[in-house]
Amino acid sequence: MKTLEYDTVVIGGGPAGIAAAIKATELGLKTILIENRDLLGGIPLQCVHTGFGLHYFKEDLTGTQFVTRLLDKLEKLRVEYLLKAHVHSIEYLDYDKKLVNVVTPQGVVRILTKTIIYTTGARERHLYEIGVVGDRPDGVYTAGEAQTLMDIYGIMPGREVVIIGSGDVGLIMARRFALEGAKVKAVIEILPYPGGLMRNVMQCLRDYNIPLLLGHTVVKVVGKKRVEKVIVAKVDENFKPIEGTEFEIPCDTVVLSVGLRPYLKVLEKLGIHIDPATGGPVVNEYLETNIPGVFVAGNALVVNDLVDYAVEQGELAAEGAKVFIENKGIPTKNWKLVEKGRNIRLVVPHAVSGERDVIIYARVANPERNVYVQIPELGFRLFSYGVRPAEMIWFKLRKDMFSKLGADVNKITLEVKPR
Amino acid sequence: MSDKYRVVIVGAGVVGSSIARVLSMYENFDITLVEKEPDVGWGASKANTSIVHPGHEEEPDVHPLRAKLCVKGNEMWRTWAKELEIPVTFPGELMVFTNDEEEKKAREYIKLARLNNVPGVRIIYQEELRVLEPNIAREAKGAVYAPTGGLISPFEAVIAVVENAVENGVKLMTETEVLGVKVSEGRVKGVETNRGFIEADIVINAAGLYSDKITHSAGVELNFQVKPRKGEYLLFDEDIPVKPTRVLHTTPTPITKGVYAITTVHGNVLIGPTAEDLPIEAKGDASTSVKGLDYVYQEASKLLREMPPRSRVIRTFAGLRPEPPGGHWLIKAYSDPWGFVNAAGIRSPGFTSAPAIAEYVANLISETFDIKLVKKTNWNPYRRDITRLNNRPLSEIDELIKKNPAYGEIVCYCKTVSKAEILEAVDRMIKTGIKTITLDGLKFRTYAGFGMCQGAFCRWRIAKIVSEKLGVPLYDVTVKRTKYGIGDVKTLWVERKG
Repeated sequence: MKTLEYDTVVIGGGPAGIAAAIKATELGLKTILIENRDLLGGIPLQCVHTGFGLHYFKEDLTGTQFVTRLLDKLEKLRVEYLLKAHVHSIEYLDYDKKLVNVVTPQGVVRILTKTIIYTTGARERHLYEIGVVGDRPDGVYTAGEAQTLMDIYGIMPGREVVIIGSGDVGLIMARRFALEGAKVKAVIEILPYPGGLMRNVMQCLRDYNIPLLLGHTVVKVVGKKRVEKVIVAKVDENFKPIEGTEFEIPCDTVVLSVGLRPYLKVLEKLGIHIDPATGGPVVNEYLETNIPGVFVAGNALVVNDLVDYAVEQGELAAEGAKVFIENKGIPTKNWKLVEKGRNIRLVVPHAVSGERDVIIYARVANPERNVYVQIPELGFRLFSYGVRPAEMIWFKLRKDMFSKLGADVNKITLEVKPR
Repeated sequence: MSDKYRVVIVGAGVVGSSIARVLSMYENFDITLVEKEPDVGWGASKANTSIVHPGHEEEPDVHPLRAKLCVKGNEMWRTWAKELEIPVTFPGELMVFTNDEEEKKAREYIKLARLNNVPGVRIIYQEELRVLEPNIAREAKGAVYAPTGGLISPFEAVIAVVENAVENGVKLMTETEVLGVKVSEGRVKGVETNRGFIEADIVINAAGLYSDKITHSAGVELNFQVKPRKGEYLLFDEDIPVKPTRVLHTTPTPITKGVYAITTVHGNVLIGPTAEDLPIEAKGDASTSVKGLDYVYQEASKLLREMPPRSRVIRTFAGLRPEPPGGHWLIKAYSDPWGFVNAAGIRSPGFTSAPAIAEYVANLISETFDIKLVKKTNWNPYRRDITRLNNRPLSEIDELIKKNPAYGEIVCYCKTVSKAEILEAVDRMIKTGIKTITLDGLKFRTYAGFGMCQGAFCRWRIAKIVSEKLGVPLYDVTVKRTKYGIGDVKTLWVERKG
């Protein structure tokens, strides 16, 4: 087994990982990017729809165009990368020494590194963890799997489709199925509001006359060999099906778009702390986890609505790696915890220094109109006409805002308050 | 034609497969194992609690055969598992009681253990119970400890037994449904199937849930009916903080049947089953229900001090167990019609007993049909498991990759399964005589798709490997019983326009 040495190993060649590898290289770090597929790009490669890059490139691009631009830059900078490379395990030797064990078709490669940027993305939740019961027939796909089949391999999973969950991937797949001539019978959403971005509800469902059933759930999948139908019911305020409201929708295909969870298997074995709200790690403003020198970005950190955020986080983690290496650890001594106040479901990062500008990503628990998003300790207040769980709250806290904060204050609280 | 007896075994579940393996030891038979499903072990053998029972729950005066063969089967699996490299452990079983009434009931099993010669069964209380099972529920008062209780990978066991049987000359026919046994002049002549007639001198009915239909077609045991009894299960992720270290079982009472909580040989927590008697027409209904799953979750909380959260469920499933009249197994060889053998209605503890049932059936055949069994000199008792990367040291993985780079291509991230393992499984399925390579069959052989993502990451990757290997389009790859897709997008457009 051969051993290589690097300043930073970026694990996962999607947008966050590519951006992290580019940034780390630009900052002068000896960098290698590890990807388990045979090509770089990650999930956007199979996204033929637009909506990518409005923030980062100030242009509306398809997923493929978006990653192509990133990859051009990566090639120009001659960033090193390994394809078909699976990170088997990580060994923590010392705060600035980690061993990344990589399985490749050429053999096992061991990489000694000072820092790790982990950008492996998220996994899709499946039928069983959301409690759908009934038969277990063929014809059930996750939205991502259906997308891979249609947009990478050009094959149609089925003809008559019911989509469970109105997350963005589900909405986009509803349109893809409709465009390819399938009949999309309905999109079923348990919440009283859609799970995806409003623009996707309009452009993917309304424009194609696809019914969106809010406040409904699939209680049962029925089918001997292949899916034959689903039984749908209205739900009460506790999301329990209301008896007597059941009806059936005949279909041959069920597509699941019931949310993503950060996929951190290898890091979990290393003992990182997980935030139950995000499903991702607890991080400071450099996106460093509780394990020194291990950073996480993109959907492995928190499920983002926009690829632009994943890229931004990748770059941020690279800057963190640079600071870590230069200072033999992140130099901050007094962290201020970011606490969740009224109507905040999740917030990242979990701790800030107040020593530099920092970006805050958050989601609300419930939709609300005419509100202030605020941090009382900093006197920070942002007006919004409406906040929705599907739309991430993004804002920057400038370093000078922290000057008002007393030295003894060790937490700030993010909250949403009606105007 | 040889002078061998042509044997058809109906049903490649654990019973039929074990009979095939045992009969393959002898020169006397030319054996065909017939299965209606696309793969072996897809009936009751697959969806069960995966326990190798100690044998102290069988009443010897009511069910003498069950009592005898269960204890013997428990012993035999130890050898079979070694010979065939089947994942198995013997952590012992604890039948837990929480009150006096349950304790009284539990004590009866001590008596049964004596009668059945189950070794080492005794009552244990508080302190010892907590030593044996640190994760036991607080309200547990004591337990019946049966040290010979074990756990097995049931689907892999059937696969291993069949692979070994085929190695020793048995012919497997999948997707072959027996429509009836042909009898003429007081002798069996063979079986009529959806794929034509198969001639046979001896027909062995090991059709599980459908074994009533088979025996009726042979004209015997016309009142014998097998009813489906449903058992629902919850399967959790490997990474659960509090896992059972022993086979944990609530004490069966007149009201409840008893629920198990175990850590499977693959490290997942499994709880279940329900025991719901279904009408005889419902033999295809293995659906799960909210009520059933909630029940087993509730019951299992009497066993574990901390239940795994429902959010860590990776799979829910149900199995249909065959329930014969009075719970009596029907194991018999007939001289009229000559050549017909029933190993029918094999309900619990059928999995545990299967190797012993197989030996019992071999003796019945020898006695009833007056066949002097002659052992093969070249019978091979061994079967190697698939070479796996999971839990293998890195240095060994490196060596494997140097020999075959496909070991360096990881397909399933959750379980670290490589392309080489998928390809080996495909080769084995073909060699075993499985007609259709299914993605489900590959999952059970390689564990790819067994993890937290349940195949969302890897199913299309595996389908692609199969498509390339078999030279069929990706949409034509079979998932379980139907195709992965309906066709190529472009072709479908042309069709729709035309």
